[in-house]
Amino acid sequence: MHSALLAIDVFFVIEKLVLIIAIVSISLGIAMYETYFERKIAAWIQDRRGPNRAGPFGILQPLADGLKLFMKEEIIPNTSNRFLFILGPCLAMLAAMMTSAVIPWGGKINVFGREMNLQIADINIGILYVFGVVSMGVYGIMIGGWASNNKFSLMAALRGASQVISYELPMGLSLIALLMLTGSLKMSEIVGQQIDSWYNVLYQPLGFFIFLVCAFAECNRTPFDLPEAENELNFGYHQEYSSMKLGFYLFAEYINMFISSVVMATLFWGGYDIPFVNDASLAGWGNWLAALQGLALFIKVAIFIFLFMWVRWTIPRFRYDQLMNLGWKGLIPLSLINMIVTAAIVLLKSNGWKF
Amino acid sequence: MDISQVLFYALSAMALGSAIMVVISRNPVHSVLWLIITFFAISGHYILLNAQFLGIVNLIVYAGAIMVLFLFVIMLMNLNAETEPQKNKWLKLAGVVAGGCLLLVLVAALKQAEVKGKVAELGTGDIGLIKNLGNALFTDFVVPFEISSILFLSAMVGAVVIGKK
Repeated sequence: MHSALLAIDVFFVIEKLVLIIAIVSISLGIAMYETYFERKIAAWIQDRRGPNRAGPFGILQPLADGLKLFMKEEIIPNTSNRFLFILGPCLAMLAAMMTSAVIPWGGKINVFGREMNLQIADINIGILYVFGVVSMGVYGIMIGGWASNNKFSLMAALRGASQVISYELPMGLSLIALLMLTGSLKMSEIVGQQIDSWYNVLYQPLGFFIFLVCAFAECNRTPFDLPEAENELNFGYHQEYSSMKLGFYLFAEYINMFISSVVMATLFWGGYDIPFVNDASLAGWGNWLAALQGLALFIKVAIFIFLFMWVRWTIPRFRYDQLMNLGWKGLIPLSLINMIVTAAIVLLKSNGWKF
Repeated sequence: MDISQVLFYALSAMALGSAIMVVISRNPVHSVLWLIITFFAISGHYILLNAQFLGIVNLIVYAGAIMVLFLFVIMLMNLNAETEPQKNKWLKLAGVVAGGCLLLVLVAALKQAEVKGKVAELGTGDIGLIKNLGNALFTDFVVPFEISSILFLSAMVGAVVIGKK
């Protein structure tokens, strides 16, 4: 009986464990340096110098920031719910990290004679999984804001939650249009189709635009950072938080930014495909090809992250009714039209362009 | 016991335990959070049955959307354990009688529902996969499917009408 219990493919578990640890540490490292580059880019746009004290070009600034956050006194308000107060930032962080499980980070690599897929889980509902985890992210904000027992935090949390729910709808509708074209929810298959032919953004430019706007809103980034509107809500849903719990909330935002850039690159911009090069002709390169493909993905992601920051330091924040109007009266009808037109074209094409 | 059996028992214990906690916790926000854990456990069961689509849709729709709205309402109404009104003792008695009646009905119904020799298809069934489910919904069950979507549409229109008042 016990031998059956232990009948696990040990190498499989080790392989996935290594992959998970690698991907989690890469996303944490990238989120860390996003904070640095955000400040550098802000400085560049505003004609300042930015952080330049810690190390050459201020390159050690994220470490100094992290150390500062860990050293600060941890305060839990007396009247708040202790358990939920701590659970809030943990959930925010957890939801931010979990999306990376279904992303294909590169082609196959060969380690000690064992073929290894650079994807943690190649499930056949990949996109829906991403969508499900994104919809879990709202609990971190809501629980944290409520458990703080502070009216401003609660208001900000409710704002954040309603914003995320509202923008999930056009995001889902634009994804439906994309899925009609690909005919598969598997992330690896979507990337594979794009490697063989054109990128999805050429077929779905409007869908990509809607997805981009919704990604900004889902990450609570400017111009949609209403939950953190300092002039209306003091500090936002994390007002009562201090030390590393505050750091978790801020950090989760940067991880979300990274992951949503990865999702956009994967769904619309060919994922790990090297642009203008036929990947199949480089098959002899083995592991180096996978490394190059990973590099291509990260360059695409870096461009998106730069876009996030560029927009943040260029466009001012929306008013709350403008935000809701844009979501419900602008983006949802637009994405519905996009979906219907796509469906009609797909149907016509499968009928051989006959009515 | 193999892995899927261990998982089955763990998930069942999780589902039942958190469902009981939904009923007995004093704070309504805690009840909602326990209910979310119950949904996760049920999604785990779906995945064990190889119905990944149903599992993830259960999470997106129930845990991701409906429960957020529940939490919304409870947080805005500021229902706390202290402000919960004391229930009338006749109401409690009526509750006990109603619960007992439900138990009787359940026993009577389940007595005949025993299906011998039918085992759940752990990890091998394929009706829960998105392709088969879509085929079934749009061929065999297309009329009920469309009727239920009309029902949703009318509910949406009703909500808009109430909201306009």
